[in-house]
Amino acid sequence: MLYCSEIRTEDGHIKRAILALADGTVLEGLGFGAAARAGGEVVFNTGTAGFPESLTDPSYHGQILCQTYPLVGNCGVDPGSLESERPRVAGYVVSEVCGHPSHATSRKSLGAWLEENGVPGIAGVDTRALTKRLRARGAVTGLLAVSDGPLGAARLRREARAVPDPNGRDLVAEVTTPEIRIYNPEARRTIVLIDCGVKMGIVRSLTRRGVAVVRVPAGTGADRVLAFSPRGVVVSNGPGDPERAAAPIAAVRRLLGEGLPLFGIGLGHQVLALAAGGRTYKLKSGHRGLSQPCLEEGTKRCRITAQNHGFAVDAASLPAGWAGWFRNANDGTNEGLRHKRRPVFGVQFQPEACPGPADTEFLFDLFLEAAR
Amino acid sequence: MTRPRKALLLGSGALKIGEAGEFDYSGSQAIKALKEEGLEVVLINPNIATIQTSEGMADRVYFLPVTPAFVEKVIARERPQALLLSFGGQTALNCGVALWKNGVLARYRLPVLGTPVEAIEKTEDRRLFNRALAEIGLKTPRGIAVRTVEAGLRAAASIGYPVMARAAYALGGKGSGIAGSPRELRDALRRAFTAAPQVLVEECLEGWKEIEYEVVRDRAGNCVAVCNMENFDPMGIHTGESIVVAPSQTLTDEESNRLRAVAIRAVGHLGVVGECNIQYALNPRDGDYRVIEVNARLSRSSALASKATGYPLAFVAAKLALGRILPELSNSITKVTSACFEPALDYLVVKIPRWDLKKFGRVSKKIGSEMKSVGEVMAVGRSFEEAVQKAARMLQVGVYGLVANENYSFRSLEKELRQPTDERLFGIAEALKKGFSVDRIHRLTRIDRWFLHKIKSVVDCEARLRACRPRPVPPGLLREAKEKGFSDKQIALLTCSTELRVRARRKEARLVPAVKQIDTLAAEYPARTNYLYATYHGREDDVPFRNGDGGPGKVMVLGSGSYSIGSSVEFDWCCVNAALALKKMGYGTIMVNYNPETVSTDYDICDRLYFDELSFERVLDIYEKERPLGVLLSMGGQIPNNIALRCHNAGVRVLGTPPASIDRAEDRYKFGKLLDEIGVDQPEWRELRSVAEAKRFARTIGYPVLIRPSYVLSGAAMSVVFGQGHLDRYLERASRVSPEYPVVISKFIMNAKEIELDAVADRGEVVASAIVEHVENAGVHSGDATMVLPPQKLYIETIRRVRGIGREIARALEITGPFNIQFIAKDNAIKVIECNLRASRSFPFVSKVARANFVELAVAAIMGRGGPNRKTTLDLNYVGVKAPQFSFSRLKGADPVSGVEMASTGEVACLGEDVHEAYLKAILATGFTLPKKTVLLTVGGEDAKGRFLGSARALAGLGYRIFATDKTSAFLKENGVPNTRLFKVHERRRPNIRDHIAGRKIDLVISIPNPAKRIEYNSAYKLRRLAVDFSVPILTNLQAADLFVQALAAKRPSDLQVKHWAEYE
Repeated sequence: MLYCSEIRTEDGHIKRAILALADGTVLEGLGFGAAARAGGEVVFNTGTAGFPESLTDPSYHGQILCQTYPLVGNCGVDPGSLESERPRVAGYVVSEVCGHPSHATSRKSLGAWLEENGVPGIAGVDTRALTKRLRARGAVTGLLAVSDGPLGAARLRREARAVPDPNGRDLVAEVTTPEIRIYNPEARRTIVLIDCGVKMGIVRSLTRRGVAVVRVPAGTGADRVLAFSPRGVVVSNGPGDPERAAAPIAAVRRLLGEGLPLFGIGLGHQVLALAAGGRTYKLKSGHRGLSQPCLEEGTKRCRITAQNHGFAVDAASLPAGWAGWFRNANDGTNEGLRHKRRPVFGVQFQPEACPGPADTEFLFDLFLEAAR
Repeated sequence: MTRPRKALLLGSGALKIGEAGEFDYSGSQAIKALKEEGLEVVLINPNIATIQTSEGMADRVYFLPVTPAFVEKVIARERPQALLLSFGGQTALNCGVALWKNGVLARYRLPVLGTPVEAIEKTEDRRLFNRALAEIGLKTPRGIAVRTVEAGLRAAASIGYPVMARAAYALGGKGSGIAGSPRELRDALRRAFTAAPQVLVEECLEGWKEIEYEVVRDRAGNCVAVCNMENFDPMGIHTGESIVVAPSQTLTDEESNRLRAVAIRAVGHLGVVGECNIQYALNPRDGDYRVIEVNARLSRSSALASKATGYPLAFVAAKLALGRILPELSNSITKVTSACFEPALDYLVVKIPRWDLKKFGRVSKKIGSEMKSVGEVMAVGRSFEEAVQKAARMLQVGVYGLVANENYSFRSLEKELRQPTDERLFGIAEALKKGFSVDRIHRLTRIDRWFLHKIKSVVDCEARLRACRPRPVPPGLLREAKEKGFSDKQIALLTCSTELRVRARRKEARLVPAVKQIDTLAAEYPARTNYLYATYHGREDDVPFRNGDGGPGKVMVLGSGSYSIGSSVEFDWCCVNAALALKKMGYGTIMVNYNPETVSTDYDICDRLYFDELSFERVLDIYEKERPLGVLLSMGGQIPNNIALRCHNAGVRVLGTPPASIDRAEDRYKFGKLLDEIGVDQPEWRELRSVAEAKRFARTIGYPVLIRPSYVLSGAAMSVVFGQGHLDRYLERASRVSPEYPVVISKFIMNAKEIELDAVADRGEVVASAIVEHVENAGVHSGDATMVLPPQKLYIETIRRVRGIGREIARALEITGPFNIQFIAKDNAIKVIECNLRASRSFPFVSKVARANFVELAVAAIMGRGGPNRKTTLDLNYVGVKAPQFSFSRLKGADPVSGVEMASTGEVACLGEDVHEAYLKAILATGFTLPKKTVLLTVGGEDAKGRFLGSARALAGLGYRIFATDKTSAFLKENGVPNTRLFKVHERRRPNIRDHIAGRKIDLVISIPNPAKRIEYNSAYKLRRLAVDFSVPILTNLQAADLFVQALAAKRPSDLQVKHWAEYE
């Protein structure tokens, strides 16, 4: 077990933590956040900043996140920079979590915030070694337990094997908004946002450009969407296997026939591809980080993007009339598609950034130009 | 754009403060990139100790000054089709801009590749810069560019004090300073105007965070921010003087991406193609920012960023300059992913500048907006504590880490924190130990609390270790200490143990560091990178440790560490050549080094690169994992040499000369005995343990004497002492003498010549040797001496004796490998003053002038594959002269006089038909300008006046108008040399020296100090300082001045031939 004294509390009290993977791996460390147990799919993220933003991204719902970068929580938590109301990860795996955050915007430490929200964390893990393992074997399920008392490594190892793959559930339904919310209602133009687990960055990117945003639950049907007389529809990011998101796929399929401008982001991009008749598949370990290079097809331009996805669109499966738009410069996987004639497109990455670079924010302008 | 076939690359010349080894790295990478693209490369760089000027790099190398006049001649001769300016620092950039302005580039239709000169101008001229950034709504500090002191004062009144005065077009912040009042500003402006005609008076951003981005952009507009870095020291301290971490640690995602976006917009708007550095101030309270500076070229920071991330910035920049675009290029670390990406780090690096201010008695140790540091170290770790403690040790300034240090005592901690010196980092640790709170230290230093808490965690850990005494440290605490970067030695000191006992204990507890890769993508993709570091925050190694693979095995080469005065790029040249030679023989190579400015830390030089400490502990850690054939530690200068015997005793196989012999050469007593045995003379010396003994011995051997204390209070360590009174003062003020801290006193021989022998031996037999003659008499440190090869003024008998002694010492010490012996010669009597059983500073000079790679020969001998060579270098048809580069203009208050302590920061060497031609080229290459009309002479002491008379006559004969100070003036008049007397400032009469120098009425100052009187501040010192501060060329050594005058008489500038290296046969 690695040592990490930063999370020793004032009275020297230490929580123990164990991360047990379904493949039998057991990692011991120090606990932080909540004394709790959580199962989930263990994935890694290579970003070096923006931890509260990442942790509140609903696309992480059902996942235990391993932060490859070793120093986490230096700037504490700023309630103003969260991407949803609370942390969405099931558990958090780090090398070191900062016990003395320092920033003008910090209101509490990452550990205290996770504790309040019932999320367990493990520190003192060789996150590079874990990342390499996840990269080689692909994402696995695991169990993270934090406790003040003894943990029982052998029992946890057994139980970890029984953790179900969260991608078997309809995760979107678990994170979508329960009711319709309207942002910037006075604006002249309305955009409907189908919330599959939306990051607030998407909402901000739209309202900042002067449109009203009607955020509807993922189960909302096309008729209800059209009832808002939107100039365009955005399908948001979200967690899990896109094939499980049956309702949004059905809605988008209908909307495609209406000739409305459509913009899919993240899971929304996959939903768009499925609605158009394409296929999606699970990546071995996914893309989660803040510096993924994406080539724009047919140009010499390459953009740096923020990403968080475990599934991808099979570009070869797209029906006639559709074309690949962006491609990952590292592994060649599809990162965007568009309809050849109509203003309908989707990107796999997160153009709203937060966290990450905003180099592709211009896509919102492109969309809103179409959605006049 | 038609594709060029031949490109001209400008180097940066000698290493100087503000412009150091990083440009050997960037130039070398550029050459590799250009050659990969099929171009013929012509390089101009007088820095002979660089890798870029080595065989197998550029197609043609000109060892010539990087000045418009010489570069124009090379252009006329070579007719290149492309010019590259961004790989040779400010020197190359300024030279290129000058050639563009004076129409030479247009005349020869020579395009500048990469960032266009118009864009460079915008980044260099403050007014254009502010306007360009304002055009796209980016914020720069409020400031006003002025050309006079009065305008500057008006500008400050409108901005409000305090203000910053910064000189435009200046490297490393030369001539800048913060002024709190009109009086201070007046002084600051005067100084700044000596460095540049334009000065910016701007709002003061002290206390804001200082952040840097390294950006690359291609002609298609693709732009990536390769690295962001945060200064530990907030604004107010030059980034070259700051401790720096990468990636940034205390910025939120919003802040770092906002600054990143600003960088990309700025760089695109300016039209940069290639590499660019952008510096920001960030207000920690509200996140407001200012763009402080844009450097549209490779820089010190880009070298750091390159090593910090593994992204080969200079290589990529060269490709982009040729018109390639980022998505076409592949990531040379992973080989499978794209170069159009931003590295993700899963570690952090800490850079600490290396200062050498103790070498200069009169230089203020305060650090600020001007650069004074001479090198830097970079440590890699997975916690800040680990990296910063590693970095502290890497400085090699006698510290064991942040804590447990013996030699630090601060008169006033509060003052140290508020007005930082080079020791502030240690002051912070000390203050925390003394009970200062993090908040209080933050108020005094404005350093972000995050960093202070981390230092506190080291201090707290220290206290817990101390509390263990006398019981052994429990394993949990031992692990925590190792994770926080404590060395075995540090733990031993804190727990009354020994380094070896701690090592044994932690190995029992299976506490060994893990070896991790720097792979640019945080393990997301598999990488075949050989770029490694060790950390205790890890439980598995990233790489396997196999032996051989059927080959002859692998060899570990120890690098030279940080550049400092006395250990510079020449040792990196030796290490790189050693690695390449080993590779050629089929050996696997492992390099250990931690200097981000070097070529040896490029991942394509060796099979495995450990960017880590050169300590006994870490070398042994790596050795135990890698199990190489042995360790080569004779190439990296004194740092690796120092651990030879301990490594040997710990069971490490030290290759080459037996460590016992190294000890025999290093230990003064053993070496003295050896010289006696083989009948070789040395100056009388003795080690003395009290003041009375010291005085008695000095009287016995007679003054002057050379004194070397083992404990230094202030000022330079070594000194020549001319009489009893002088000795008293020295022992009282500068050093301590006691049984614990003895002094060594030796006879100092006046007016003697100094000679060096650089050689290689194979099992005691000399296989190659070269004799180098110093221009300056003995008494000038060999690192500061002007060297001539082959010797021009030595008796044949002297040369024979020197060779003979070399042979005898090689035999007696069973030398296998490189060695260097220093001699003094007076009237054919020869004495040995020093012997080093390692490669010397002059190895690259000797190897390149004589066209025999001494390092390759040494490696062959060491690996048992040597043959007889016996290269002598006396029959060359040309002469090489190596001249020192001083950085006195950066070191306010330093006396620009060479003595027994080394003061130069770099060197150049040029070739010529004779010594005069080579010397003139060399001195011009150090930034000297030839006098046009006027020379000011002041020569101390009757003896020296007499010796210089001939040269004074020659100057008058050449038509120079001679000015002189009182006694020199009178002496010259008596001897028929017409001259005008100038009064010293304190004489309160005119015409005085200050008016003439400040009024730029003097083209050259020759000020020869009287060695016996060089202790106190005196008027001659003030005159020399004035010359340096007003950038007037100055010579302060009698022999060098003589040679300069002879050369001036013998050659006109048009006689200086423009020939490339291979043309000298």
